Amino acid sequence: MQSKIMNNSKVVDLEKVVIKFAGDSGDGMQLTGTQFTDTSALLGNDLATFPDYPAEIRAPQGTVAGVSGFQIHIGRIDINTPGDIADVLVAMNPAALKANKNFIKKGGSIIVNIDSFNQRDFDKAGYEQSPLEDNSFEGYNIIEAPITKLTRETLKDSKLDGKSIGRAKNMFALGIVYWMFNRPMQQTESFLKAKFKKSPELVEANIKVMHAGYNFADTIEALSSSYTVLSAKLPKGTYRNVMGNQAMSWGFLAAAENAKKELFLGSYPITPASDILHELAKHKNLGVKTFQAEDEIAGICSAIGASFCGSLAITTTSGPGLALKGEAIGLAIMTELPLVVVDVQRGGPSTGLPTKTEQSDLMQALYGRNGESPAVVLASSTPANCFDWAYQASKITLEHNTPVILLSDGYLGNGAEPWKIKSTNDMPKINPNVAKEEDNYFPYARDKKTFSRKIAIPGTKGLEHRLGGLEKEDITGNVSYDPENHEKMCKIRSEKINRLSNIIPEQKIYGKESGNLLVVGWGGTFGSLYSAVGALLKDDNSVGLCHFNYINPLPSNTKEILSKFKRIVVCELNAGQFANYLRMNFQGFVFEQYNKLQGFPFTSIELEAHFKSLLSK
Amino acid sequence: MEKLTNKDFSSDQEVRWCPGCGDYAILRAMQKSLPLLNRKKEDFIFISGIGCSSRFPYYMDTYGFHSIHGRAPAFATGMKLANPNLSVWQITGDGDALAIGGNHFIHALRRNIDINILLFNNEIYGLTKGQFSPTSKKGIKTKSNPHGTTDEPFSPSDLSLGAKSSFFARVVDTNPKLMQKIFVEAEAHKGTSLIEILQNCVIFNDKTFSSITGKEVKKDAQLILEHGKPILYGATMNKGIVLNKFKLETVIIGENGITIDDILVHDAYEQDSTLHAMLARMRPPEFPAALGVIRSVKRSTFDSDMNSQIDYEKRNAKFNNVNELLFSGDTWNV
Repeated sequence: MQSKIMNNSKVVDLEKVVIKFAGDSGDGMQLTGTQFTDTSALLGNDLATFPDYPAEIRAPQGTVAGVSGFQIHIGRIDINTPGDIADVLVAMNPAALKANKNFIKKGGSIIVNIDSFNQRDFDKAGYEQSPLEDNSFEGYNIIEAPITKLTRETLKDSKLDGKSIGRAKNMFALGIVYWMFNRPMQQTESFLKAKFKKSPELVEANIKVMHAGYNFADTIEALSSSYTVLSAKLPKGTYRNVMGNQAMSWGFLAAAENAKKELFLGSYPITPASDILHELAKHKNLGVKTFQAEDEIAGICSAIGASFCGSLAITTTSGPGLALKGEAIGLAIMTELPLVVVDVQRGGPSTGLPTKTEQSDLMQALYGRNGESPAVVLASSTPANCFDWAYQASKITLEHNTPVILLSDGYLGNGAEPWKIKSTNDMPKINPNVAKEEDNYFPYARDKKTFSRKIAIPGTKGLEHRLGGLEKEDITGNVSYDPENHEKMCKIRSEKINRLSNIIPEQKIYGKESGNLLVVGWGGTFGSLYSAVGALLKDDNSVGLCHFNYINPLPSNTKEILSKFKRIVVCELNAGQFANYLRMNFQGFVFEQYNKLQGFPFTSIELEAHFKSLLSK
Repeated sequence: MEKLTNKDFSSDQEVRWCPGCGDYAILRAMQKSLPLLNRKKEDFIFISGIGCSSRFPYYMDTYGFHSIHGRAPAFATGMKLANPNLSVWQITGDGDALAIGGNHFIHALRRNIDINILLFNNEIYGLTKGQFSPTSKKGIKTKSNPHGTTDEPFSPSDLSLGAKSSFFARVVDTNPKLMQKIFVEAEAHKGTSLIEILQNCVIFNDKTFSSITGKEVKKDAQLILEHGKPILYGATMNKGIVLNKFKLETVIIGENGITIDDILVHDAYEQDSTLHAMLARMRPPEFPAALGVIRSVKRSTFDSDMNSQIDYEKRNAKFNNVNELLFSGDTWNV
């Protein structure tokens, strides 16, 4: 925490700060975190967030397994990650303190709900005695707040039942943190008024408790100063706060509008992808058709059906769902129809870690199907650029009539950051490749340059034809078992994807264009890699970052970039899938690996330390 | 609109079912039925899964999609939702619809999406060469169960009525006239129209329906239901069905004081499916098998409900383009 004390005041100006709200999964920590985020965004802070919650909706109360957390990193400088460790921790019970003890900065502030620090809760958290009374947290600024008691006291005249009163205590905690960081409470007040529109008592109670928390913090002497984080210096424009899954949904909406297509989503609920279904389901006014199917397979199959009949069709899922969709993706490849498959990755294999992030579906996206079945694979890399990649995936699939798999992950999907809003007018044009009524139509005739075929949409007079999963004869599209035709068609399907590398932009590099160490990453790790490499560049290290969004095909200048560095380290949240993919494509290079499989993003600190050690060897 | 004939619906592809297969008759009946529907040729779409019957779309000169095993109802759903103007026909078999595709099958019926499903039921797997299917009679000996199956079969009618099917008809592949009539009624019905076609597989399960379709027995073994008419059958139409203490019984008019007034009158429009299920369960030798439209009830369809929601939301929208959404809510300027 870099700080300077301002004159004549007890307000400390911070460059950036990491705050974590942690409590039981029923304590409302996600809501508290989101409110702090929205308020900070409106004040013009740059920020990044990281919700971290258990897979169970209400895991056993008071246990470490049931702890739900929300971390937010705000600053007036460029913020690229939700922060490695917290400067301020709000711990609603002993379990929340225990779960986060390694993620709080030495000397940082910990606000605890002291009412929950009793033997019963120590037992549940697995503490023999109060961790505040042994030496575990020596050197930290512990603020003991009787949050439960004061919430009840504040609402002693309220008509609300005991349960509702108990649930308001997260607003007390929010009030304390608002005071600490000098934030206005109006945004949350309007939010509460809208959320509990039907229950004025709840609105009043929550606002009252939040003010009580704010005043409590103002009164007690434990908080010797309050902090402020000034607005970030962001490029000019209109901004809003967006989460990755929301930005992704909006990217598809924008693409459909610009392509003059109806948007169709066939999907089955799955963590952490369901929010895309929720978001798009809201926008029937924009003509979106969302279909909650009976299973993952029906989700993708309905989308393929809609695509054949003229929609911009997408399906959204996470790893286990992608496995179920494999056969249907093969059909979309064989029938060469437009389709975007979004995989918001989570920890695997099997059910794995549903609420934790990972990048371990890369090989599944590239190869997880029977037969030679190449698909375009793209990856978004920040919560906000999920908008751009949803748009780009739609553009490629509609113009080239080939399925695109778009990889996001739980960290991007649930993470939030300020977004400089892009108008649909500023996005590139989308020209769907569709046959017209008068065309002399051969379903499998193709463009000589791109190798993509034209699709004909049912309802178009005179273009009746049949598609299907059986091998197609070149040009006519009739069923063919001819051996040479099959080999030819396999090559065509593969070449069609390869030729996209002529169209996609060249890979960019951040930092040094050549030198000692090339850091390679892809997808959701961008923020941490960028911060770590940025820190090394400040000390004039010979390091560059090459972060990929185009996975298949790879940009045409990839090999050239790789050849300009002495060492290459591929960093990813899996056991080395992208590293292996690069080895396969670019023989003769040595790809070192840095991997993590803990369900958490990289921290910039660990990356920086690792890169330093590589540079010093 | 130009007048279409059955030839307009025959594709240039060679039909490759086994000689004598019941599928040929169904294909011909379909090609003759479509011109009767007064729709544009380009608005028909045929969708299938995998199996012998699923080759059907290749032989129809319409838009067609031969998809993957069991999933045709999901494709059909996407098609109808994307373009409500299309006339969507799903072709499926007992393995495709009731084994691998059982889930999609019941959910399509439950939603009542406006499509037509032709279920070719031959009680066997043909394309994979002769394994038992979910409708094979219990005990039948096949390659995959040489000692006789221990599987209890599904009844397609009970399964679909349990899934709230709004239209259920049954026909045999030897009755092309009835097929045509039912296809036309199915298209007119708003909702999922399910037609079970008892279809003979000459290679792996020949004559499995002979107790219903055999020349010598068929007059007494088939009962063609018509809405609003007494349920009669037999060579001289002197036999009928009555309801006696919650059970169906066969009677002969003129015997034991039975008159035409005692005979049950078929009500296909009745919402309560109890009697429809009982009629559909009838089988020789105790009963004739019920054919024709057994159930046809009004129920709102998934596609029209979705489209009315969309229309309503569009009319009452705060914004109607994406830019307005992107710039809505809490924004700030730098």
